[in-house]
Amino acid sequence: MGMTIAEKIIARAAGVEEVKAGDIHTVTLDRMMSNDGTTHLTVDMYHNKLKNPRIADPGKMVFIVDHNVPSDNPKTAASQKKMRDFAREHGIDFWEGKGVCHQIMMEHYVCPGELIFGADSHTCTYGALGAFGTGVGCTDLLYGMVTGTSWVLVPETVKFNLTGRLPEGVYPRDLMLTIIGEIGASGVSYQVMEFCGDGAGTLSVNDRMVLCNLAVEAGAKTAIFEADQTALDWLAARGRKPAAVFKSDEDAVYEREYTFDLSKIQPVAARPDFVDDVVPAKEVCGVHIDEAFLGSCNNGRIEELRVGAAILKGRKVADHVRFLVVPASQQVYLQALDEGLIRVFMESGAIVMNPNCSVCWGSCQGVIGENEVLISTGTRNFKGRAGHPSSKVYLGSAATVAASAVKGEICTADML
Amino acid sequence: MERFTGKVWVLGDDIDTDIIIPTEYLALKTIEDMRQYAFSPLRPDLASQIRKGDMIVAGKNFGCGSSREQAPEVIKALGIRCIIAKSFARIFFRNSINNGLLLIEQPDLYDDMREGDEITVEVNHHITYGGSRYPIASLPENLMEILGAGGLVKAMAARNGLSIS
Amino acid sequence: MGQTMIEKIISRNIGSDSVKQGDIVTVSVDRVMLDDIMIPFIVDKFHEMGFSKIWDPNKVVLIYDHLVPSSQQDDVRHYQVGDRFAEEYGLTHVHRSDGICHQLMTEAGYVKPGDVVFGTDSHTTTYGCVGAFSTGIGYTEMAAILGTGELWIRVPETIKIVIQGELPEHVMSKDLILKIIGDLGADGATYKALEFTGSTVENMTISSRMTMANMAIEAGAKCAVFAPDEKTAHYCGVELSEWEKNLKGDEDAVYCKTLIYQAKELVPVMACPSQVDKIRQVSQLEGTVIDQVFIGSCTNGRLEDLVAAAKMLEGKKVAPFVKLIVTPASRKVYQEADACGALKVLAQAGAVITHPGCGLCCGRTGGILCDGERVVATNNRNFLGRMGTSKVEIYLASPVVAAACAAAGKIVLPS
Repeated sequence: MGMTIAEKIIARAAGVEEVKAGDIHTVTLDRMMSNDGTTHLTVDMYHNKLKNPRIADPGKMVFIVDHNVPSDNPKTAASQKKMRDFAREHGIDFWEGKGVCHQIMMEHYVCPGELIFGADSHTCTYGALGAFGTGVGCTDLLYGMVTGTSWVLVPETVKFNLTGRLPEGVYPRDLMLTIIGEIGASGVSYQVMEFCGDGAGTLSVNDRMVLCNLAVEAGAKTAIFEADQTALDWLAARGRKPAAVFKSDEDAVYEREYTFDLSKIQPVAARPDFVDDVVPAKEVCGVHIDEAFLGSCNNGRIEELRVGAAILKGRKVADHVRFLVVPASQQVYLQALDEGLIRVFMESGAIVMNPNCSVCWGSCQGVIGENEVLISTGTRNFKGRAGHPSSKVYLGSAATVAASAVKGEICTADML
Repeated sequence: MERFTGKVWVLGDDIDTDIIIPTEYLALKTIEDMRQYAFSPLRPDLASQIRKGDMIVAGKNFGCGSSREQAPEVIKALGIRCIIAKSFARIFFRNSINNGLLLIEQPDLYDDMREGDEITVEVNHHITYGGSRYPIASLPENLMEILGAGGLVKAMAARNGLSIS
Repeated sequence: MGQTMIEKIISRNIGSDSVKQGDIVTVSVDRVMLDDIMIPFIVDKFHEMGFSKIWDPNKVVLIYDHLVPSSQQDDVRHYQVGDRFAEEYGLTHVHRSDGICHQLMTEAGYVKPGDVVFGTDSHTTTYGCVGAFSTGIGYTEMAAILGTGELWIRVPETIKIVIQGELPEHVMSKDLILKIIGDLGADGATYKALEFTGSTVENMTISSRMTMANMAIEAGAKCAVFAPDEKTAHYCGVELSEWEKNLKGDEDAVYCKTLIYQAKELVPVMACPSQVDKIRQVSQLEGTVIDQVFIGSCTNGRLEDLVAAAKMLEGKKVAPFVKLIVTPASRKVYQEADACGALKVLAQAGAVITHPGCGLCCGRTGGILCDGERVVATNNRNFLGRMGTSKVEIYLASPVVAAACAAAGKIVLPS
């Protein structure tokens, strides 16, 4: 019987010929990523709960400080120090202040065919390169770190046929929010979203990252694209080679299938406090905002900064709005400097911060206050996610966010 | 002449405004919210130990650093009656007078003072401790006026025809 | 009898030619600076005092910098209170994310030579770099000024500090002011003015003078002044009047103390934990392992500071496991550092470059440390607990020394 890409990756990691949905397999992990959200807890367990603490292969581990950068209080500083000291002691690759973990992983590590655990829910991003990345808790991560292995319940795969091409002024973020709005926040719980079809081929690796990254907001275990020539070229440009390139078999089993016509997608927004409360952006136009955020592992890459800068060029951020622009990584920041985008943002009155999770994580910078409203390119709009429990977060595309920052209220770019 | 007696807490030289109230707590809504953190970098328990009417005796340059007026305000909110130091930093000095917190410069008392002992202050005259008298200078007239009005807010309110109790 | 610079400024302000040190006088205020941390308290006091209008809204500058970007939910309350106050009382000079107040006050042209300026922050002494009398006050006095336009002051005695000659390589004005603070002591200039003169300061940029005026408060000074010159005129975008051209201490003015330095004898120094006047030569501290470096603040976050750091870090990397945080002093500084390539060099070296603001210097966010960590920083204070817990060790240094330390991962002399 045929297998999907996700099944093939698990089979490879399990060292077996075939797996099928519902099987439980012991797998060898290709890589593990942990960030400053939880690494200190993993380190504590490592020291306090294990009889014979050891690390199976430090070369497979990556520690990334990205959630609270720069540190905002002695507690986070202590957590980060614990992580730094541990990485140094055990020879673990360590990144601090260089960007959001998933962006760093994509820029420097992820290869097609790999099975990767990350102690962060948006680890599903790595499917953009045909890898199986999934978020785990710190106990799972600790087990993986110590043994090099873990167990996986093979998930069912749901097929998303993408057809056509996104219209001008509509972005992959609009597409993914539309999909989530349609299938709901638990629409693909514990399942894999496999994106395919001619529409998928039109998407860049960045676009694919936008889609895969938000898969967890529909409950997915992960999301995945086939590593096609676009992906392989992207990888080669960064000097890396695939671990394995898998295609789904003709007779692979899908739990169900959807088809989305990209040409029909319109700018949308997710309303507070649910990612699946998705409406046409026009419906929320006019909502007064206090802050706007362009950044995150979902939408803080050069492509989105270009979109934002094009809108900001020659315009000013509204007086009462704090517009945070936060590149997803140092690489992105350097490129944005080179392309003059940072200059545009600074001239417009934006607040340009160092690469990090920023207000998407709701701590450390850009925290919003009582009854305030944020429009964001971040990953989530849960209650209190960006600050005070009474505050509200709308999610929109980079274009919608940038346009709203100028207008001082939610609007789409064509309304400026 | 005003005269009062109280228990003394002894602090050292250069007690800066970050020690008196760290920046971390400066944006709390009220002085009442802040006062529990007074002196926390140096002596985390001190704020809870101070009782109304107690006094602080310290070395040189008390209140150096920031212009944060929360510093004299939290000290006053803790119930400190007055601070006696070898010297005071300028902005802290003005801020204290403006809030009606009495500051006294006295060069010798700090070297003799033991924490927990009592002293008696006769304002603009002298301090008595362990049977000895420590002379103190009078404050300039314009400052006594502000102190007498109960601080600058009350002085200004009176000027604007308001009375604040 | 001759007058010191500060006596001249105050004399002109009150329309008297006989002002002398020790006098208590009431000055008319030319400009005030209100910052975001203090604004809610200023507004409360202003209302408690019963004022219904501001004496001259055009003379008031409101700047958000300590709390930008917000790091706690309540931070935004300060912006809200400030915005409401500005709207209600007609304030038009409001900067919401343009950088540190003390940088903006002169950079944006709010302060000119001879002005009398007060701000709700102790480093308001900075504006002496353009020959203004400026000092920090509390929020109650600020509220009173907003209502009346006046403040009483005691005319300070002046300490004259003469520095002659050329500074050696890798010695910056920061080393000079740290050395002076070490010599004076943290209370050595309490209630006094510092008047800097001599060929060394004459040859200095306004930025370098700012560093020195900024830190005068760390010796307890009420203010610090530099005689305005052509550089000042250019920086401020004004032509100096005859009076301004003569705005310097008279030969026969009375100084309570005079200190004389030869620039060539100076070496890179640091203020060691946890007193600003605990000054040691960098050479004596070499090898001390560090965890973080901070380049920024109203003391040393200007273009020349970032450029000096970038030169030191060009083609190098920040040492492994060491954090380098760079926080430009203002939006303009950031833009200029972008345009000249300094930001790129710093980012390539591995620096975390934040938006302009007070950042780590004010200890609310921007790189807070924990027990056992050691930081080399270019700002103005190393007080206990200033950047985290009381077990954080803070060494203050110049940007060039700080950058060298970042690359080495330990305290080193720049080379």
